[in-house]
Amino acid sequence: MIRITDIYKSYQIGKNTLPVLKGIDFNVDKGEMVSIMGSSGSGKSTLLNIIGILDEADRGTYNLDGIEVKNLNEKIAAKYRNQFLGFIFQSFNLINYKTALDNVALPLYYQGVSRKKREEKALFYLDKVGLSNWAKHVPSELSGGQKQRVAIARALASDPKVLLADEPTGALDTKTSYGVMELLQQINDEGKTVIIVTHEPDIAAMTKRNVELKDGLIISDKIIEPVRATLYV
Amino acid sequence: MNSLFHRDLWVEILSSLKSNGARTFVTAFGVFWGIFIMVLLLSAASGFETGIKSKFKGIATNSIFIWTQKTSLEYKGMPRNRWYHFDIQDAQAIKDNIKGLRIVSPQNNFTTEIKHITKEGSFKVEGNAPEFLGQKALKLTQGRFINQKDIDQKRKIAIIGWGLIDELYEKGEDVIGSFIKIKGVNFKVVGVFKDTSINGQKNIRAQQNVHIPFNTFSQVFNFGDRVNYFFITADDDQSATELKNKIITLLQTRHKINPKDKRAIGNFDLNEQFEKFNMLFATLKIVSFFVGIMILISGVIGISNIMLIVIKERTKEIGIRRALGATPMVIKKQIILESVFLTILSGMAGVSFASLILFFVNLKIDSMDPVDLMILNPIINLPTLFTIFIILVFFGLLAGLIPANKAVKMKPINAIRTE
Repeated sequence: MIRITDIYKSYQIGKNTLPVLKGIDFNVDKGEMVSIMGSSGSGKSTLLNIIGILDEADRGTYNLDGIEVKNLNEKIAAKYRNQFLGFIFQSFNLINYKTALDNVALPLYYQGVSRKKREEKALFYLDKVGLSNWAKHVPSELSGGQKQRVAIARALASDPKVLLADEPTGALDTKTSYGVMELLQQINDEGKTVIIVTHEPDIAAMTKRNVELKDGLIISDKIIEPVRATLYV
Repeated sequence: MNSLFHRDLWVEILSSLKSNGARTFVTAFGVFWGIFIMVLLLSAASGFETGIKSKFKGIATNSIFIWTQKTSLEYKGMPRNRWYHFDIQDAQAIKDNIKGLRIVSPQNNFTTEIKHITKEGSFKVEGNAPEFLGQKALKLTQGRFINQKDIDQKRKIAIIGWGLIDELYEKGEDVIGSFIKIKGVNFKVVGVFKDTSINGQKNIRAQQNVHIPFNTFSQVFNFGDRVNYFFITADDDQSATELKNKIITLLQTRHKINPKDKRAIGNFDLNEQFEKFNMLFATLKIVSFFVGIMILISGVIGISNIMLIVIKERTKEIGIRRALGATPMVIKKQIILESVFLTILSGMAGVSFASLILFFVNLKIDSMDPVDLMILNPIINLPTLFTIFIILVFFGLLAGLIPANKAVKMKPINAIRTE
């Protein structure tokens, strides 16, 4: 699904060049649930952004489900993000003046799906995350966990190939975090590829594969037996 | 999706405008105010024009009036301070020699005793040609005006001003068909007129004139060939002012007047006066537009400014939208449309509010006597409204362009990271 070969990325900070990724090889197959761990500054978020076509590597190749991601213009990048990728953020990033339903429907709007179909689909995914009763509520009326569930529904709405979650539980308490992880595990069980960036070991333990980054390099990559979040909820 | 009028696009635009209701309102006010002032100014200018022009209504404005005065220079053996007269052959000579004139009508007049049965008074009598009716703002309220047969047969008929009826007739007495004595000569009354020009309405004497055929006047009152006045109207595609000098030169030659003698031929150039008014109105309009546009520009800059702030505040939202698959085009389109929509909406609100005010002003004006007013019917017409609309769209586009470009300049990842 994801083939990343020898990727380099550095940021320009003033006159200094700060290397963030120093030659990463990273592959993810369909149906995997991968956690990327690492302290801050290790380059884990940058890697996720490159996978998410929100950022571009300086060097190296990135192949997403057979498509070469390189020198894309913004229009095509937007199209790929919309069709292939679903994003989940630490701070949820819902649009605060839109209802849960409209938030979930937004990726479909950018796909040009008709209004009726959009709402149908959005409602389906809201139901999947257990929030169909909250469809008409705006984010400020929802709890943190609910917001993240709406965000997950939104990420799923366009039926992407890969779900990318950047610290999805970073702003949530433990119990709520496990609830969110339960949902993500469930989604993965249905065959969706999930990549999670986290620095919480208990969250990482709930994935099937742990990748650890340090100073822009992968220092460990191991398959583990995931802890089912259901046990804690 | 690509359609400008797609419902979803407008739902998006409206919801993002609504999410900042107070600010949207304050922003819109600048444009609202600019358009409001522009419409009021333009309407005032147009009302002023209508008001002034109404005072010329019915008058052939492309006209000059000329009359004889004393000569002031010697010429070809003729002394200065000489009195001379135009003659009826001049009318034909002017028509033959100068192209582009529609009417050359001679007039003689004097003030004399007019009597009907027992009532009498001193009033002005004019000998006129039939064409005179089209040059002055005279409206026949009864009967007819002078016709060519009256001229040819030198009929003794008269058309009297309605102001004379009270002076000479008993209440309920028939006017048409009755006889009046002008300087002792009987004339049959065949028509009654009303002077509808502003001067005429204000001046009761103007409503008490008597018009009789020019030829009859000359014969009955012993004027011979003599003509005291010419009322000359040029064709619509000609300017009476430009033909004036040719006419004067011709008359100077015919009456042995020194070409340098400016005083011998008196003239009043109505066309020139009217053109001056037209210039004034055109200037007023330009000034109104200019002032309006200037105020509008400050409003539009306001919109552009606020859009920039909105973009900045919505940087994160725009980043999210782009992460979800919004192309830069979609984002740009939405911002520009928001700006255009806001500009048009507030502009049209300005137009509506100005129209409301104008409605009440018009109510007030309608209840007043138009004779005393310099302003009549101040309204904004459709072509002007259309122009304003185009200007609004244009300025709206302009105001949205910079913010729109700025909005998509930042990388989505950086946009999402802003707090």
